[in-house]
Amino acid sequence: MTFTTKSLLPWLVLLLPLTSAGVITLFTRRRQNISALISVAAVLGSFTFSCVIFGKNDISAAEFSWIDIHGVFTVPLAFVLDDLSKLMLLVVSGVGSLIHIYSLGYMRDDEGKSRYFAALSLFMFAMLGIVLANNFVMMFIFWELVGFTSYVLIGHWFERDAAADAAKKAFLTTRIGDFGFMIGILMVWMATGSVVFDDIVAHLSKITSNPGYLTIVAILIFCGAVGKSAQFPLHVWLPDAMEGPTPVSALIHAATMVAAGVYLLVRVAFLIQASQTALLVIAWIGTITALLGALMATQQSDIKRILAYSTISQLGYMVMAVGLASNEAAMFHLFTHAFFKALLFLAAGSVIVTLHHEQDIWKMGGLAKKLRITFATFAVGALALVGCPPFSGFFSKDAILALAYERNMSIFVIGLTTAFLTAFYISRAVMVAFLGKPRTDAARAGKESPLVMIIPLLILALFALIAGLESVAQHFLVVPHEKESVFTVPALALVALILGVGIATWLYRNRERDPLHLDLVRRRFYIDEFYEWLIGATQEFLARIAAFFDRWIIDAGAVRGTSGGIFGLGAFLRLFQVGNLQAYAFLFGLGIVALIYFTIFR
Amino acid sequence: MVTLGDYLIVSGILFTIGFAGVMVRRNIIIILMALELMLNAANLSLVAFSRFHVDPSGAPNYNSQVFVFFVITVAAAEVAVGLAIVVALFRLRQTTHVEDITSLKF
Repeated sequence: MTFTTKSLLPWLVLLLPLTSAGVITLFTRRRQNISALISVAAVLGSFTFSCVIFGKNDISAAEFSWIDIHGVFTVPLAFVLDDLSKLMLLVVSGVGSLIHIYSLGYMRDDEGKSRYFAALSLFMFAMLGIVLANNFVMMFIFWELVGFTSYVLIGHWFERDAAADAAKKAFLTTRIGDFGFMIGILMVWMATGSVVFDDIVAHLSKITSNPGYLTIVAILIFCGAVGKSAQFPLHVWLPDAMEGPTPVSALIHAATMVAAGVYLLVRVAFLIQASQTALLVIAWIGTITALLGALMATQQSDIKRILAYSTISQLGYMVMAVGLASNEAAMFHLFTHAFFKALLFLAAGSVIVTLHHEQDIWKMGGLAKKLRITFATFAVGALALVGCPPFSGFFSKDAILALAYERNMSIFVIGLTTAFLTAFYISRAVMVAFLGKPRTDAARAGKESPLVMIIPLLILALFALIAGLESVAQHFLVVPHEKESVFTVPALALVALILGVGIATWLYRNRERDPLHLDLVRRRFYIDEFYEWLIGATQEFLARIAAFFDRWIIDAGAVRGTSGGIFGLGAFLRLFQVGNLQAYAFLFGLGIVALIYFTIFR
Repeated sequence: MVTLGDYLIVSGILFTIGFAGVMVRRNIIIILMALELMLNAANLSLVAFSRFHVDPSGAPNYNSQVFVFFVITVAAAEVAVGLAIVVALFRLRQTTHVEDITSLKF
C-alpha cells in the first residue's frame, strides 16, 4: 500500500480534531484561551480538507487492516468516500466550524473552557468517524463515542443537578437503541460474514432470501437511529439535553449527531429498502415522531426546549422520508435542517447570553428592537423551519410532503398537520420572545452579542436562505423531484403555513401570559412520567424477585440450610457419644459387621 | 479327621469369647487380655488356612504363617503400649474400671 498525500487527506480530516482533543487534555488544560484556539484551528483544518475532498472525485483513502481473524471476522480501518459521505463531511465540519467559532463568544467566561473545547473536538472526531466509516464495527465505535461526548457536553455544567441528570438520561436512553443496533450488526455479520458495507451489498441475497430475518435486522438497525435521532419512543432525552451549553445543543442535538441516525439509515438503505415491513415501520415511527414533537413544542415555555421538540419533529420528517424509500428527500432535509436549526439554536443562544441565561420566553419580549441581527437571523431560521418560500426549508419539506402525497396519503395528512403545527409553535416563540413589550428588566436592558457570535449567525442565515434553492443545492446533492404533485402539495403546505402563523398571531400577539393551557401537551403526553413509572415498577419488581431469592434461597436455603443441616446432623450423631468405652467398642464391632455384610453379601 | 471347618469353629468361639470379654468386663486389664484372645483367634484361623491351602507339591502356603508372626509382634507392642497407658491412667485416676472413665464424650 502506498501512502500519497491524497490518500491521507481523509485521515487528516478525521485525526485533526482528535489531535486537538489530545493536546488540550494533555498540555493546555490550564491555558483556556489557547485550548479554544487549538480546537477552532483543528476544526477549520478539517473543514478545509473536507472542501478539498469534496472538490475531487479521485480520492480514495489509505486502508489499514485492523482485526483479521482468519477471514472469518475482518474489520478494516477504511473510509467510504461517496457523494453521501462527502456531503456529510462538509455539513458536519462546516456547521461544526461555525459553532466552534460561536463558542468562543458563548463560552468566553466559562471556567471549564478547556474541557469544553476538548470534548467538542473529540465530538468532531467521532462524528466525522461515523460519516467516514466503511463498516459497521467502526461506525458503531464512533457511534458510541459521539454518545459519550454528548454525555460529557450535556453535563458540562455538572455542578447543576439537572445537567448531570440530563447527561445520564441521554446516555442511557440512547444506549437502549444502541443495543438493538449492535444485535442488528451481529445478525448482519451472521448472515453475510462481513461487516463492511460493500461486501454486505455483494452478499445481500443471503439476507434477503429470508424476509423475516431481513425485517428483524432492518428494524434492529433502525433501533440505533431511534435512539440517536430521538425518535418516538426514545425521544425523551433530547429536550432534557438542552441543559448543556447552547452551542452544544446546536451542534450535537440539532445539526449533526441526531442527524447521524438518518445518515445511518441512508447508508444502509440497501438493507432497509429490501423489506417493505421495515419501511412501513420506519415511515410510521417518523410520522408519529414528527406529529408528537410538533404537538409538544406548542406548549413549552423554554426557548431551547421549543427548538428541541422542533428538532425531534424535523428528524421525524427525515425518518419518514427514509421510510418512504427516498434517500434523496431525507438527505435534502438533513442538509437544510442542519443549517436552519443550528441557526435557530445559535440565535436563541445569543438571546440567552444577553439575558444572563434566561430561557423562559415569557420573561423575554420586545427583543426585536434590542437584538436586531439576532432577531433577523432567528426570523430567517424560523421562516426556513416553517417552509416559507424561498427559504431552504420550503424545498426540502416540500420534497418530503410530495413524496408522502405520492406514496401514502395518511402519512401525508399527518405530515401536513405537522407543518401547520410547526408554523404555529415557531410563530408563537417569535411572537412571545421577540415582539410585544419587554416583560422583565433583563429583557429591557438586552444588547446585541459580540461579533464572534454574530458572524456565524450571519453565515448560517445565508445558508438557511439559499441552501434549498435548486441552483445551490444541486452542487451538493441530488435534489429529489416528485412529478405528480407539482401544484397541489406546495399549495396545501402554504395554506397550512398561513393558517399556523395566523392562528399563532391571533392567539399570542401582545400577550403577557399563555392563553392556552393544555396540560396533556404541556406535560409531554406524560411519556416521561410513564417511563418513570415503568422503570420504577420494573425495578421494584426485579428488586422484589432478587430480595425473595436472596432471603429465601440464598440466606434461608443455602446459608442457613447448610449450617442448620450440619448442626442437626451433629446433634443427632452426638447421641452416640456416651463416653462409655465399651459402647464405642460395640459400635465399632457393629460397624465392622456391617462393612463385612455390605462387601461380601451384597 | 479334623477339617478346616473345625479349626474355624474353634477360632470363631475364641473370637466371640474375646469380644464378649471386651464388651462386658469392667477392668481394663481384663479387656486387654480379651483383646489378645481375639487376636489369637485370628491367628489360629490364619494358621489353619495355611495348613489347608497346599501347593500341588504338598507344601503348605507359608504366607499366612509369616503374617501370624507379624500379628504376634504387633500384639506384643500393642499390649506394652496399652499397659503403659493403663498404668498412667491408674496414677491419674486411681482406678482401672472403664465405667469410671467417661470423659471421652461431647
